[in-house]
Amino acid sequence: MSWLTAFRAIVAREALRFVHQRERFLAALVRPLVWLLVFAAGFRAALGLSIIPPYQTYITYETYIVPGLCGMILLFNGMQSALSLVYDREMGSMRLLLTAPLPRWWLLLSKLAGATAISILQVYAFLAIAALFGITVPGWGYVTVLPALALAGLMLGALGLALSSFIRQLENFAGVMNFVIFPMFFLSSALYPLWKMAESSELLHDICAVNPFTHAVELIRFALYLRLEPWALLWVTLATLAFGALAIWGYDPARGLIRKRA
Amino acid sequence: MSLSVADLSFSYGARQALDGVSFDIPAGRFCALLGPNGAGKSTLFGLLTRLFTTAGGRITMAGHDLDTAPRRALGAMGIVFQQTTLDLDLTVRQNLRYFAALHGISGREADTRIDAALDRLDMRARAGERARALNGGHRRRAEIARALVHRPRVLLLDEPTVGLDAASRSAITDHVHDLCGDGLTVLWATHLTDEVRADDHLLILHRGRILRDGRAAEITAGSNLSDTFLTLTRVAA
Repeated sequence: MSWLTAFRAIVAREALRFVHQRERFLAALVRPLVWLLVFAAGFRAALGLSIIPPYQTYITYETYIVPGLCGMILLFNGMQSALSLVYDREMGSMRLLLTAPLPRWWLLLSKLAGATAISILQVYAFLAIAALFGITVPGWGYVTVLPALALAGLMLGALGLALSSFIRQLENFAGVMNFVIFPMFFLSSALYPLWKMAESSELLHDICAVNPFTHAVELIRFALYLRLEPWALLWVTLATLAFGALAIWGYDPARGLIRKRA
Repeated sequence: MSLSVADLSFSYGARQALDGVSFDIPAGRFCALLGPNGAGKSTLFGLLTRLFTTAGGRITMAGHDLDTAPRRALGAMGIVFQQTTLDLDLTVRQNLRYFAALHGISGREADTRIDAALDRLDMRARAGERARALNGGHRRRAEIARALVHRPRVLLLDEPTVGLDAASRSAITDHVHDLCGDGLTVLWATHLTDEVRADDHLLILHRGRILRDGRAAEITAGSNLSDTFLTLTRVAA
C-alpha cells in the first residue's frame, strides 16, 4: 500500500512539474510540428515511397514520418527527464527521493512511469494537431498505439535514467545529447524506411536495424494501423529491460553514484 | 542506543575520508557533530542516510541495522540536507504531502501529521505559501517540519544553518534543541561552535577521526568551546 502511495505521489509530482514548465510542453510540441509541416513538406517531392507494411496504399511523406515524430517526442522527453535528474540531484531533491524507505528500483520505476505518462500526453497533443492538418490514422489506431507509446516511452526513459547515473555534471550532458539523440534519431526508420537506407549503404542499414529506436518507431507505426509487429515488440522489450537494469545498477548505493558528486 | 556507529571507514580512492569512526547517541539527546570544513561530516551523512554505502563499519538507527534492514532504518530517520530539497514551485503543504507519501502516509492522516509538524516549528500559518516565497530561515523550518512528518526517532541535520542570518540561526538551533524534549534523538552537524550548548553531547570530527566524544561542558573543562575546538584541530593538524 505504501508503495502505491509513493508511486502516485511521484507521478503526480512529475505532472505538477510539467504544468509549471509550460515552455517545455511548447518546445516538445513545436519540434515535431516543424519537422512535419516544414521538413516533410519540402521532402515530399524528393522522396518517393512505395507501398510497405503496415500501409496498404501509397502514402504521403507526412504520413510516413508521423510515427517517427511520435518517437522523437518520447526520445527528447526521455533525455529531458534524465537531464532533470542530473539537475535534480545537484539541487538535492533526488536525495530526498532516494532516502525514502522503499527499494530504489521502485522509486526509479515510479519516476520513469511519471515521465512516460507526461510524454504520452504530448504525443497525443501532437497527433491531434497533425489531425487538424489532415494527417490522420485509422480511428482505433489512436487507442491501439497507447501500449506501444508506453513501452517505447519506458525504454527511452530508462535509457535516459541509465545515462543520468553515469553523467557527473550538467555540462557533460549536452555532449551526450548530441551523441545519443541525434544518432539514435537519424540512424533509424523515423525519417526514411530501412530499404531506402540499404540502397545507399548496407552498413548504415545494419546499424539502423539494430538501433532500438528503429524498433520503437516501427512498434508505434504498426500500432497506429492496428497491427502488432512482434519482432519490434520483442526488441523494444529487451532493450527496456537492459536499460532498466543498467539504470538500477547505476543508482545502486554500493556503487556510490552520489558520493562522487557530493 | 538510538544511533550507533561502529568502526566506520570510507575512502574516496586514495583519500581516507572517515577512519574508524565510532560513537553512540542515547535516545532523546541533542548531539552536535562539530568539525571544520573537510572533516568528513558530509561523507558521514551520506553513509548515515544510505545515499552510498561502505563495507567498513556498521550503522544502527533506532535498533535497525542500515545494511541489513535499510528500509526500517530509513523509516526511523528524518533528514535535513545541507542543500535545500524543497520544490520551490510547490507550497509548503504540497512539499510536505509529497514527502509524507514517499513514506506511505496519505489522506487525512497525512494532513493531521503535517499540521502537527508545522505547529512544532511555528510554520502552520505559512502552509499555503510557495516555498519560493519563503526566506531562508522559513525554508529551513519547513524542511525540519517535513523531516518530522513520519515521526522519526532520529533526526539528522547536515549544517542546517548555512547561509542564514544570526537571528534565524539562533531560532532554528533553539527549535531543534526543544525537539529533544519529546524523546527525539538529534545529530546536528556544524562547524559553528556557538550552536553547541554546554549540556549537549558533542563529537569533534577532524580529518575523518573522532577527536572527542562526550558532554560539551566536560570536553571544554571550563574554557570556551571555540578555543578548545581551535586548539584541538590545530594540534591534530
